[in-house]
Amino acid sequence: MRILVIEDDRDAADYLVKAFREVGHVADAATDGEDGLAMALDGQYDILIVDRMLPKRDGLSVIGTLREKGIETPALILSALGQVDDRVKGLRAGGDDYLPKPYSFSELLARVEVLARRRGSRAEETVLRVGNLELNRLSHQVRRDTEEISLQPREFRLLEYLMQHAGQVVTRTMLLENVWDYHFDPQTNVIDVHISRLRSKIDKGFSQPLLHTVRGAGYMIRDGAR
Amino acid sequence: MTALGKLFRTTTFKLTLVYLTVFALFAAFLLGYFALNTRRLITEQITDTVNAEITGLSEQYRLGGIRRLVIVVDARARRPGSSLYLVTTFNGDALAGNVTALAPGILENQGWTETVYRRLDEAENQNRPARPEHEALVRVFQLPGGFRLLVGRDLEERERLYRIVLAAGRWSVAIVIVLGLAGGLFVSRRVLARVDAMTETTKTIMEGDLSGRLPVAGSGDELDRLAQNLNAMLERIEALMQGLKEVSDNIAHDLKTPLTRLRNRAEQALRAAGNDAEYRTALDATIEESDGLIRTFNALLMIARAESGQARDDMNEFDAAEIAHDIGELYEPLAEEKGISFKVEADAPARLKGNRELISQALANLVDNAIKYVEPQADAANGAAPEIVVRALNSGDRILLTVADTGPGIPVADRAHVVERFVRLEQSRSQPGSGLGLSLASAVARLHGGELTLEDNHPGLKSVIALPRGGPLQNAG
Repeated sequence: MRILVIEDDRDAADYLVKAFREVGHVADAATDGEDGLAMALDGQYDILIVDRMLPKRDGLSVIGTLREKGIETPALILSALGQVDDRVKGLRAGGDDYLPKPYSFSELLARVEVLARRRGSRAEETVLRVGNLELNRLSHQVRRDTEEISLQPREFRLLEYLMQHAGQVVTRTMLLENVWDYHFDPQTNVIDVHISRLRSKIDKGFSQPLLHTVRGAGYMIRDGAR
Repeated sequence: MTALGKLFRTTTFKLTLVYLTVFALFAAFLLGYFALNTRRLITEQITDTVNAEITGLSEQYRLGGIRRLVIVVDARARRPGSSLYLVTTFNGDALAGNVTALAPGILENQGWTETVYRRLDEAENQNRPARPEHEALVRVFQLPGGFRLLVGRDLEERERLYRIVLAAGRWSVAIVIVLGLAGGLFVSRRVLARVDAMTETTKTIMEGDLSGRLPVAGSGDELDRLAQNLNAMLERIEALMQGLKEVSDNIAHDLKTPLTRLRNRAEQALRAAGNDAEYRTALDATIEESDGLIRTFNALLMIARAESGQARDDMNEFDAAEIAHDIGELYEPLAEEKGISFKVEADAPARLKGNRELISQALANLVDNAIKYVEPQADAANGAAPEIVVRALNSGDRILLTVADTGPGIPVADRAHVVERFVRLEQSRSQPGSGLGLSLASAVARLHGGELTLEDNHPGLKSVIALPRGGPLQNAG
């Protein structure tokens, strides 16, 4: 995956480029808005990571200009501001996701991977499958193998989100944002309890677990057999 | 600047001057108008009288000729206070009358003229060089047969009245100016004295003593109202400053502790760690500690934002009962895992205007606290069932979001205290959390014009967020 980091703090940019390369991505950095815009205009990147406050041209304007020119490369906004309304502003300007600073690299990586694959994603599919687990989005039925699994509405949405991003790490914050639509810190790790409930419903009694905890990052649903 | 100079510069004095000028001009205009009109009126009366006499005398002439006219004129001229008469022949020789020393050429002009004259009797009485001293308004009338008749009235009365009115005008304008200036100075000095007192207080406040208050005279006038409002403002600023100081003290305290821990741990690892595994453990702990710091920091920012009132722009109408259900749904598994029975009682819609995200977070904090503090074992020992109930209620024009638990509760004396930032009661120090949950809930409630109260749940704690239905504007001011 080709990643462009537009970030004026050279240390932070170098750190991100290095970290992305370590996990096997190709990453470049631009240190001001104009350079970043010029590089992004080539359109050869799969994802843009844009700091909001940049010299020469601010992050929101970079994204806005790209969108005007019809370049739809997914963009993740990094911002030190982090308030809900700043987040809304960022998304309205054409950003696809928003992450307040300071962030953990695992959170950023998880979001970047989800964003980059979104275009080829399974958002339109009616039936989601992971191994022998099957979720029907129309009939709201979930079955594993031949066994019907009954889920609460929220559990269904949780599983649906995980299955949409099967094979990708999904962080607790991403779950809280996308399944519950909350953008605050619930202090206690309430998500863990929901996941363990879900896990007991879909994995209990099967030799091959599908729902995995990724240490220090979040969760992932994947077909372990493959 | 001298005291007088300062006085002259006051707004009150300047206003007095403007007012005074306008008033003096008006008085001058009024008296001038009066004087001119009086003069015109007198002139009209004179003209009427003279015209009547001329009509009468020319009638006498028509009836009895020049002889009769001379007799009548002589008789009338002798009366005291009489008009002025002169009958002359064609070439100007006086036949009868009581005036002399007329301005030359008067008799040649038909009609109205103003002229100097001297009365004949006067010259005789006073026995001094005859001088035309008086002024008169006269009309010369050509009688048939070449005779001329002059009738006139003395103008002295008119001039005297005119002068009296003018003098009155000058005096009153002068008095107006003197009294006005004195009054203006007096009022300005009074106002200036009060403003000076205010300025003095302001100076001490600017020097950093926020406890100073502006003097209020108690008369309820505009200066008092201003002072009262400024005092209210100072009160608020002082409270805010006090709050800010407490916050920074608390930040210093509560952030320094984990920062010290962080530093110690890194130092310890550098000094003592022997292998990769130990380094890894130390680094993991460091990251965890910094995550905790970030969390505290974020909570502080949230509170600051709620308290600044910024989030007021972001308010919509929504159903608080829905929030109660959503938050309940989020936390229910956590409570259940701990062995606490968890209920949401919010059946009726409770619509209100507010910031949904912040209110959700406030409620989440209360529920989170309740789950943290309820001790199922302790409850079981007391024979009570551990339970948390979340409710959304309609109460008049307010919406109540309540979280009731069966935990240890909070002693009455500590209730007001725990809402402040960073306060965690000593017994709960071992619990995780930033200690900011209640502060944030309280800040959110205040942002919406409501309040957070802590009550006794017999046993346990009942936290109540009361919010005005119509948003903060209803309760503001």
